[in-house]
Amino acid sequence: MSFDVEKIRSEFPILDTEMRGRPLTYLDSGASAQKPRAVIDAMAAFYSEHYANIHRGVYQLSAEATASYEAVRGKVARFIGAANEREIIFVRNATEAINLVARTWGEENIGEGDEIVLTWMEHHANIVPWQMLAERRGAKIRVAEIDDDGVLDVAHLESLLGPRTKLLAFAHVSNVLGTINPVAELVALAKERGIVTLVDGAQAVPHQPVDVDALGADFYAFSGHKVIGPSGAGVLHGSMPLLDAMPPFMGGGDMIESVSFEGTTFAPVPQKFEAGTPDIASVIGFGAAVDYLDGIGMDAIAAYEHELLQYATERLETVPGLRIVGRAKEKGAVISFVLEDVHPHDIGTCLDGEGVAVRAGHHCAQPLMQRMGVPATARASLAFYNTRDDVDRLVEALVKTAELFA
Amino acid sequence: MEDLRELYQATILGHNKKPRNFRVIEHASHEADGHNPLCGDELTLYAQVAEDGTLEDVAFQGSGCAISKASASLMTDHIKGKSLAQIDDDFERFHELVTAPPGEDAKTDGLGKLAVFAGVREYPMRVKCATLAWHALKAALGGEASAKTE
Repeated sequence: MSFDVEKIRSEFPILDTEMRGRPLTYLDSGASAQKPRAVIDAMAAFYSEHYANIHRGVYQLSAEATASYEAVRGKVARFIGAANEREIIFVRNATEAINLVARTWGEENIGEGDEIVLTWMEHHANIVPWQMLAERRGAKIRVAEIDDDGVLDVAHLESLLGPRTKLLAFAHVSNVLGTINPVAELVALAKERGIVTLVDGAQAVPHQPVDVDALGADFYAFSGHKVIGPSGAGVLHGSMPLLDAMPPFMGGGDMIESVSFEGTTFAPVPQKFEAGTPDIASVIGFGAAVDYLDGIGMDAIAAYEHELLQYATERLETVPGLRIVGRAKEKGAVISFVLEDVHPHDIGTCLDGEGVAVRAGHHCAQPLMQRMGVPATARASLAFYNTRDDVDRLVEALVKTAELFA
Repeated sequence: MEDLRELYQATILGHNKKPRNFRVIEHASHEADGHNPLCGDELTLYAQVAEDGTLEDVAFQGSGCAISKASASLMTDHIKGKSLAQIDDDFERFHELVTAPPGEDAKTDGLGKLAVFAGVREYPMRVKCATLAWHALKAALGGEASAKTE
């Protein structure tokens, strides 16, 4: 299929707007992706014509809303390669997915003296829930090294997997460095030792085909809003034997089989983990996002973004005083950089003045900033709706920024 | 980039490159850390208050963006030798200057060189950068160990 980026851009209304009087150059999809009209329309149509609560009403509208909501579960399962759609649990975002696992599986399986292995490149969402758990349970966090290019030291990680290791949790793709980690290899190392694995897929699912069954991790978490879906819908994929054995996360309506004051029995997976009225419209919108991406093809998206990343890397290297942070060979469409004598926060403001949206700061990865020896970075994160023109505008604005501070 | 010269005035760029009073005061009578959790800017503010209640010496150290560094530098120049009551008054005026709605005439009375921060009004995300040193100063003088701009 030919990849028509101009047609794609015309389907994202916000890309036609301005920021500070200049055409919007949106290079912050790593924080959250923009939405195509198909997603916006699907949500509006759902609210205008099909809205009712799900799993409750006996009336037609509710039955249809339930069917639409559950159909998205199937769509998402196919999209990420899960054979069993009941292994798809809807949550708000990747953060909630990881906290769900920490609060349920973690509470039951992590004890005093046990160890949780993470990596230096984790987002706070894949650090803090484990730290909180370790604190509660008297467990220990161990951290796998990365090198100066931002590549994971697999040998070091393997050396950390010991008899007390209960969990290995790591990012599929780093939100700062762009590094793509060898998920299947790491999962295999853990599995040989009976260690459970959780993969933070927030930066992977939007950019490449993901097959969770082939990767084999016990848990895989991601956010819908980074996958051109609405905010408020995210996914936890888990292996059924673990999900089955886990206690519920939150108690309430929709997650029970029967309730009496003598005791309550819980609904089967996935309802056991979906207490209360979920963000129904966002799940519907996420379904439209998956349809939209399927129409283009994740292979085509990955190939296009890879080419754009190479172009951006080459162009950025021409900016005087610019240094790219994160130089892995296997890299997603994320470029973090620093500019000599210009603080990343000032870079962010200067680019804003030129209509270019990037993120500046620690990117919710303070330990990683420390490891890379920078207080903060600026980050341009690309998506399939970005073009070489976007990259050229970024580079132009950076050259002007460097001149302003010279 | 022309609009940005309103924010990044030559005075600010100059103080960013060569901040004044960028040093440690050993055994300062007051000291506090300022931290902006949003962007990671960090500075330590040292103040030496004389017996008559005036600020005898003030200095800072740390890392941060041009706005926060220049603000700290210009602040220290502006407040040295003043009474604590005057400094409180200055902070109020400065805070008003950088948080006033964009488009209104900037009120710069009594602020001297600090008037160069009027452009910050157009960039609400940067207000915390401009006020970090002031918050740290207030924490130091109030006997607190640290201040956060949240």
